Amino acid sequence: MTQNQALKEFQFQPDDFKLARHQDVSVVEQITPARPAWKDSVNLFLRNKGAVIGICCIVIITLFAIFAPMLSSWKYDDINTALQNIAPNAEHWFGTDTYGRDLWVRLWQGTRISLFVAVMAILIDVVIGVTYGMISGYFGGKVDSIMQRIQEVINSIPTLVVLTILLMVMQSNLFTIILALAFTEWIGMSRITRAQVLKTKEEEFVLASRTLGASSFFIIFKEILPNIYSQMIIMIMMSIPNAIFYEAYLSFVGLGLPIPEASLGTLINDGFNTLTITPYQMTIPVIVFSILMLSFNLVGDGLRDALDPTMKEM
Amino acid sequence: MNEQPILEVKNLKQYFKVSRRFTVKAVDGISFKIMPGQTYGLVGESGSGKSTTGRSIIRLYKPTEGEIIFNGKNISGNMSKDELKLLRTKMQMIFQDPMACLNPRRKVMDIIAEGLDIHHEYENEQDREKKVYEMLELVGLSKEHAHRYPHQFSGGQRQRIGIARAFIMHPQLIIADEAISALDVSIQAQVVNLMKKIQKKTNTAYLFIAHDLSMVKYISDHIGVLHLGHLVETGTTEEIFNNPIHPYTKSLLSAIPEPNPRVEKHRKSQTYDYESSGINYLEGTKHLVDGTHYVLATDEEFAQWTR
Amino acid sequence: MEKQRERILKIRDLNISFKTSGGTVKAVRGVNLDLYKGETIAIVGESGSGKSVTTKAIMGLLANNGQIDSGMIEYHWNDEYTNEPKTVDICQLSEKELQSEIRGRKIAMVFQDPMTSLNPTMTIGKQIMEPMIYHYKRTKKEAYEKALELLELVGITDAEKRMKNYPHQLSGGMRQRIVIAIALSCDPYVLICDEPTTALDVTIQAKILELIQDIQKKKELSVIYITHDLGVVAKVADYVNVMYAGKIVETGTIDEIFYDPRHPYTWGLLSSMPDLDTSDDELYTIPGTPPNLAQDIQGDAFAPRNEFALNIDLREDPPMFDVPGSKSHQVASWLMHPNAPKVEMPETLRKRLELMKKKGGVKDE
Repeated sequence: MTQNQALKEFQFQPDDFKLARHQDVSVVEQITPARPAWKDSVNLFLRNKGAVIGICCIVIITLFAIFAPMLSSWKYDDINTALQNIAPNAEHWFGTDTYGRDLWVRLWQGTRISLFVAVMAILIDVVIGVTYGMISGYFGGKVDSIMQRIQEVINSIPTLVVLTILLMVMQSNLFTIILALAFTEWIGMSRITRAQVLKTKEEEFVLASRTLGASSFFIIFKEILPNIYSQMIIMIMMSIPNAIFYEAYLSFVGLGLPIPEASLGTLINDGFNTLTITPYQMTIPVIVFSILMLSFNLVGDGLRDALDPTMKEM
Repeated sequence: MNEQPILEVKNLKQYFKVSRRFTVKAVDGISFKIMPGQTYGLVGESGSGKSTTGRSIIRLYKPTEGEIIFNGKNISGNMSKDELKLLRTKMQMIFQDPMACLNPRRKVMDIIAEGLDIHHEYENEQDREKKVYEMLELVGLSKEHAHRYPHQFSGGQRQRIGIARAFIMHPQLIIADEAISALDVSIQAQVVNLMKKIQKKTNTAYLFIAHDLSMVKYISDHIGVLHLGHLVETGTTEEIFNNPIHPYTKSLLSAIPEPNPRVEKHRKSQTYDYESSGINYLEGTKHLVDGTHYVLATDEEFAQWTR
Repeated sequence: MEKQRERILKIRDLNISFKTSGGTVKAVRGVNLDLYKGETIAIVGESGSGKSVTTKAIMGLLANNGQIDSGMIEYHWNDEYTNEPKTVDICQLSEKELQSEIRGRKIAMVFQDPMTSLNPTMTIGKQIMEPMIYHYKRTKKEAYEKALELLELVGITDAEKRMKNYPHQLSGGMRQRIVIAIALSCDPYVLICDEPTTALDVTIQAKILELIQDIQKKKELSVIYITHDLGVVAKVADYVNVMYAGKIVETGTIDEIFYDPRHPYTWGLLSSMPDLDTSDDELYTIPGTPPNLAQDIQGDAFAPRNEFALNIDLREDPPMFDVPGSKSHQVASWLMHPNAPKVEMPETLRKRLELMKKKGGVKDE
């Protein structure tokens, strides 16, 4: 019989066929070994080569933007007519522009502005967008309807129109640009937040908190927020390149920063005018700008895959 | 019996306005009461309003009409601060979905201690910890589990964590909203046994909401059968099981599968279709069968069914 | 005695594992299964026992991180035109072959939740007709007529009107009927029902089961039920496979499993089923929780929860033992070894089974 053959494979021991316990089962509850979720996310993120390269580029560019202007002997607004349009050399690493300003310093000064805009975009997203979306989503009902209508009205005005109006009353400077950004940039964020809050607040664990008498404050910060923050981070990362691009675009079309200031947009604009004579004046800022945009996008993608694989289609 | 009921529901109505013209009458005038330390099983199919009833009682919704008297206080209208606190501590809920009822981002310790945190019912950190450990032990988990996250537990274990969260407030009434329906049969039995064990110890009353009668039988003292927002039949467990009157109750009872192949293979379940049955719940009144056994029927229907 | 049973599916030593961040999960560990024409088998087990994974493998529907490590799933059929017997190993087929040959056409599946298995943006009619047009290249008109026929078969009145409805306009029981109609649209030989009634109201559950049984008789289908509900099993199955931690621990005819169970896990399952005849105060439960399959299992996976565990259970995984005097009944438990001590099933269960036998009219041999 095959069964007997199968049994021959086993090495039996003398006490094998004794009951292991005497009718007394004291079962130890098993649970899956601990593995914090963030570790998984970090692993997933680090496995994504693009995202890692992106974050390295952002760090390097940021470091340059902070320290390069400080350490250089030139200043970004030093006009020296004797040194016009010098090609890159040992003294002026990236050359000089038509006014003889050192482009190495101007480039990093410009990057500073872009990064500053990025930080402001984050702040706007978080302060206005998240708060607005949370309140609208959590309280619902009439509050929600009114807040949504207001948002729709604001969203229907093109940012360029807002900016043009702002420029008529105010000076053209960084503050105005950020104000214009603040006016519309938060809407996407607040929409996502609202949708997430609407979904999460119907979950049973939120109901459980309500039956325990938790205040709205407690529910929002202890129950809902920890469950949606990953989506928030992803959205923020995605909105940064937008903001940077928007500033550069405005500067490029001449609505941006006033003359001696530098941003990547103004640098590209200046370089564009003399592209055929001094191509380095435009190509270098374009390369840095592209790397910056690409890096933020890659990091955003990486974060999305790591934190919330279900959002892949977005 | 001159004991005060812990919960008395009188003519509870819960309507939801869907649009200007259309209102859903989820619960349409039901009454029942629960004595301390007893279990009332509320049974009905999906859409019968059983979960709505539970949620109205614990005031996740504001009842449209009717009275809910908990511990001698009417909690159906606007509540004073004290009444609200009484409700939020002495009445607790156990939820259906073991996956969704625990916050995935919080540790078991914080989940169970949530009620303590909200109502500041502990002296210091050790006291809080001690209370959580006691609860874990009560539901058959161990201290080490307190510092884990919900996703590390199986469905049955999570449901026990939900039970611990409810019992840490020493409630007088627990509303168990389909607390076992999402679990495997063998785990269902574990949870039901656990709930019965704790009830013996703490004398807590249960409102046990379920969609099938088989487990309800093991845990309930009284049973109410809910259909389309109406309580069609109510009575003690024996009365309902031994002498079902309403055709809907009969069809529910006949639908319980029996783990006996020779019997089960030849059994045909009874059908009940409200629309074609000619029964109108709005015309029916409460008829006493005997003892505490009531059925919703018109006089003619009642005469016909009890014949 | 009976006519030659025609084997349709033959699964041998199937091993399936999933790669997750927490390690490799061995979801199915050496499953053997046979399905014959016109017969019904049930796979019973708790969630995580591997019952759904097994059937998904039959359909070639494993998730991306899952893979078949070893074993075979042979599918036997007679060619439509030449009528000669043919065999394929589903594990070896490519995705394209699976899609055009197996899924829907030879093996169809009915899922637990009718709402999520129907497309909410398509009319019922279109959803029933689509697979026929795809698989059999039927014209629209032929498909339409067949769809009407199918709707009548699954007990839907005014079929023509219903064809124009969208899923959300129907009740849960109705939707499950539609799902069954879709599954039947390509005349499959095997129907896999994955917890077909768990999402439905109790009063409708029995109706759906009866419907499936009816259709099975009419069309000579072979059906595989996956369920954790022994009541469902009792109603529909001819053969039962009890699965625990990715292994089949007991297999046999329905009578053998229900009236003469041998594995302690089957005892536990039967005992924990609520029963309307007895009025015990406490239900029997199997202590503890199922093992974590991401970790290596030493010996019998059920041993930690088994009050009758032997010393060898902690060391060696038991092979399948034949139950003496039966061709179909096999048990994976060391208790079946001739040297094992005689262990009786729990007293309460024995009494209950006796009562069941009396009620069912089974005579002791």
